[in-house]
Amino acid sequence: MTGFLDAIIQGILLGGLYALFATGLSLMFGVMRLVNLAHGDLIVLAAFAILAVAEKLGADPFVAVLLAAPVLFAIGFGLQHALLNRTLGRDLLPPLLVTFGLSIIIQNGLLQAFSADSRRLRSGAIETASIPLGGDIAVGVVPLLTLLSAIAVIVVLNLIFYRTAIGRAFRATSDDLEVAELMGIDVNRTFAIAMGIAFVVIAIAALYLGLRANFDPTIGPVRLLYAFEAVIIGGLGSFWGTLAGGVILGLAQTIGARIDPEWQILSGHLAFLVVLAIRPRGLFPRAVD
Amino acid sequence: MEAGTTTPKRSYRIETADRVSRTAAVLAALLLLVLVLLPGFAGRNLIQDLIFLFYMMALAQCWNLLAGYAGLISVGQQAFVGLGGYVLFALTLIGGVNPLLAVPGAGIVAAALALPTALIVFRLRGAYFAIGTWVVAEVYRLVFAQVKPLGGGTGTSLTPTVTSSVPGIEWIKTLFDVRTPAARDIASYWLALALLVATLVFVYLVLRSRRGLALGAIRDRESAAASLGVDIDRIKLAAYVATAAMTGMLGALIYLQKARISPDAAFSVLDWTAYVIFITVIGGIGTIEGPVIGAIIFYLMQRYLADFGAWYLILLGTLGILVMLFAPRGLWGLVAGRYGLTLFPTRRRLVVDEDDGNRP
Amino acid sequence: MQLLATQQLTAFYGDFQALYGVDIRLDAGETIAIIGANGAGKSTLLKAIAGLIPSPADSVLLDGIPIGAKRAADIVRLGVALVPEGRRLFPSLNVEENLLIGGQASKHAGPWTLDRVYRLFPVLKERRSSAAPILSGGQQQMAAIGRALMSNPRVLLCDEISLGLAPIVIADIYAALPQIKAEGTSVVLVEQDIAQAMKAADRLYCFQEGRVSLEGRPGELSRDQIHHAYFG
Repeated sequence: MTGFLDAIIQGILLGGLYALFATGLSLMFGVMRLVNLAHGDLIVLAAFAILAVAEKLGADPFVAVLLAAPVLFAIGFGLQHALLNRTLGRDLLPPLLVTFGLSIIIQNGLLQAFSADSRRLRSGAIETASIPLGGDIAVGVVPLLTLLSAIAVIVVLNLIFYRTAIGRAFRATSDDLEVAELMGIDVNRTFAIAMGIAFVVIAIAALYLGLRANFDPTIGPVRLLYAFEAVIIGGLGSFWGTLAGGVILGLAQTIGARIDPEWQILSGHLAFLVVLAIRPRGLFPRAVD
Repeated sequence: MEAGTTTPKRSYRIETADRVSRTAAVLAALLLLVLVLLPGFAGRNLIQDLIFLFYMMALAQCWNLLAGYAGLISVGQQAFVGLGGYVLFALTLIGGVNPLLAVPGAGIVAAALALPTALIVFRLRGAYFAIGTWVVAEVYRLVFAQVKPLGGGTGTSLTPTVTSSVPGIEWIKTLFDVRTPAARDIASYWLALALLVATLVFVYLVLRSRRGLALGAIRDRESAAASLGVDIDRIKLAAYVATAAMTGMLGALIYLQKARISPDAAFSVLDWTAYVIFITVIGGIGTIEGPVIGAIIFYLMQRYLADFGAWYLILLGTLGILVMLFAPRGLWGLVAGRYGLTLFPTRRRLVVDEDDGNRP
Repeated sequence: MQLLATQQLTAFYGDFQALYGVDIRLDAGETIAIIGANGAGKSTLLKAIAGLIPSPADSVLLDGIPIGAKRAADIVRLGVALVPEGRRLFPSLNVEENLLIGGQASKHAGPWTLDRVYRLFPVLKERRSSAAPILSGGQQQMAAIGRALMSNPRVLLCDEISLGLAPIVIADIYAALPQIKAEGTSVVLVEQDIAQAMKAADRLYCFQEGRVSLEGRPGELSRDQIHHAYFG
C-alpha cells in the first residue's frame, strides 16, 4: 500500500516536469496554431545552454537559468520573426517540415558542439535532498520544486494572458488574425513575443530536465512526445488542462514502472492512446480547434 | 468554303498523356529493361547502392501518396517499416516460412494493424495527426523490444539458412557465376526493383482512378471536396492502409537484405521517415516525379556527404527548410512549372481539336 | 476638404478582379454611403482601403498621401478604422476586452475612451464582462462599432452594419451616427438598405460589377436613376 501511495506521489511530481515540457508547446499552439516538432530538441538545447553558462561562470544552474532566459527569449523571438512566421498559413506542411528540419539541425548541432556524452546539471546538496513524509515515503526537493515551478509558470502565463495588453493581443490574434491586424496589432511581432515567452518556459523546463536526470543531444524527440501527450490528454486551450495532462502522464508512467520497470514509457503512451480513444478532445477541453 | 458561314467545328477530348509523357513511357520501359539486366555487368557495390536507392524511392512514393495527395502528414511511417521487418523475421525464424512469402505476409500484417491504428490516430487532425503517428511508432518499437524470441531490445539476426533460402539463389549463382552473398544481393536487387515498379504503378493507377481524382480534391481543399460528396474519411483510410501495406512489404525487404534487426534501427524516425520526407519535399511533393528525383539527389548526397556525419544531417535539414520556404513545390515543381513537363500524366486535360470544316 | 480618396482603385481575389478603376472621395466631416447589389464590390472597396487586400500605393490617398501599399495594422494607426462585415468580435475576449483591444495600438489621443463608448451604447456597459459570442446581434454590432471607435479614427468604415438585424435594432444603431459625426469622425457606410443609406448619408455612390455606376446627393437622385445604377 505504501508502495502504491509512493508511486502516486512520485507520479504527480513527475507530471510537474511533463507539464513544464508541455506548457511551451501549448502556448505555441494556443497563440500561433503552431505544432512545433522541434520542441523537445529546443528543451535539450536550452539544457545545454544552461550547462554552458553554468560551466563558464562556475554558477549554479538556478543562477545560470536566469542568465540564459533572456538570451533564449531573444532566440525565440528571432526564430519566430525570421523563420516560423513565414511558414504559417492554410497549408500544414511548411510549419511541420521546417520544425522537423530544425529538430535535425539542433540535434546534430549539439552533437558537434557537445559530443554524444550524457551530461547533467549540478547543483550540490539540493539534488539529493528530500523531505520525509512519514512512513517510507519521502519527496525529493528537486521533483517538488519542479511541480511548484510548473504551477508558478501556469499562474504567471494566465496572468499574462488574462490581465495584460499583450495577453489580450495573443488571444485576439489566435481568434482572428485578419481582424487582429485591423486593430493595429503587428501579428508578426505578437507571435515573436509569444515564442520568446515560450522559450523562457522551455528554459525552466530544461533546468529541471537537467537537474533530474542525464541528458544528451538525442533525447529531444521523446520529450516532444511527452509534451504532446500531456497537451492532448489535458485538452487544448487551457494551461491548467495541460498541467492535469502532465500529471496523468506522469502517474501512468510511474504506475507502469511499478509493475515492470521496462513498461514505464510504454504505459505513458498507452494511457495517451486510451484517452484519445475515449475522449478525443482531451479530458478538460476548452478551445474549439 | 462556299457557304462562308461555316464555323469551324470543334471536338473535345479529355486526355491525360501528352507527347513528352509518351516518350517518357518508352524511355522508362527501356530503362527498366537495362535495370533488370544490370546484375549481369554491374559490380556488387553498385547493386547494393541501387537496392538502397530503390527502397528509399518506393518509401518516398508511399509517403507522398499519404501527405501529398491524401493530406495525411505522417511522421510515423517507421512503424510499418519496422513492423514489416519484424514480421519477416518472425515468419522466417520462428514460423519457418520462405522469405519470399514472408514479404507479402508482412504487407498483410501491416495493413491489418493499420486499421485499428487509424481508428485512433484519425481522431487527431492536421499537425496533431503527425505527432500521433509518431507516438504509435514508439509504441510499436517498445512492444517489439519486449518480444524476447526476437531478441528483445538488442535485436536478432537471420540465420544463413533463411537468407539463402530465397528461391532462385542457386539459379542466380550459376547464371552469373557468383558466390552466395552476391547472389543474395542480386535477388534482393530484383525484389527491390519489382517492389519499386509495383509501387510506382500502384500510385500511378490510384491517381488516375476516380479515387485518385477524389484524393486530388482533398489535397486542393478538403472542405470543398466534402461538400461535393467525396467521402473523405473512407478515402483517407484506404490511402493510409494501402501505404501501410506497401511500407510493410518494403520494410520486410529492407530487413531481409540487412539480415539483422533491432527495435531502435527498425523503428528509426530518422532513417524511415525524416529522410523520406526530405526526399519527397526536395524532389517535389504532390507529384510522382518528385520523389523519384528527390531519391536520386538523396542517394548522391548520402554517397558523397554521409562521411561528414552530423554536418551532413545539418545540411540536409537546412536544404529541406530552404526548399519548403522558397520552392515549396520542390525541384520537380520548378522544372515542371517552367517547361510544362509531366512524365507521369495523372491530370486530365481538355484538348480542343479545331476542325476547319474542309476535310471530309 | 478631401480627407480620403481612391484613384483608379483595382482589386483582385487571386485571378478574379473585383474592382475596375474605382474613384471615390470622402471630405472631412462627411458621411458617404456605398450601395449596390451583392458582389458589386462594396465590401472589397472597404477591405482595400483598410489594407486587407493589397493595392497599388497611390490608388488610396489619405490627406493626399498614398497609403494603398500599407498593411492593415499601419492604416488603422493612421486613422482609418474598419467595422468588418459580420462584426467579427473576438470570441475569447469579453466585451470590455474587445473594446480595449480596439484602442490598444493607436497612439491617437481623442474623444473615444471606454467611458465615451459606454455612454454611446450604455447596454455595452451592462454587459462589459460577458463573452462576445453570447451577446445579441445588435449588441455585437454596437461592440464592433465601439471597438473601431476606440482607435479614435478620422475615417470610420462600416461594412453592412444593419445586416441581419431587426428594424428597431437598426434604428438604435443608426441613432448613434450623429454623435459619432459630432466627434469629428467621417464615415463611409456600405449598405444594402437603400432607404437607410439615403437617410444617413450626405452623398451616395452606387456600385455595379466593380465600377461606380452613379454618384450624387440623396435629394438629387431619382428612384429610377438608382434602380438603373443598381441593377444595370
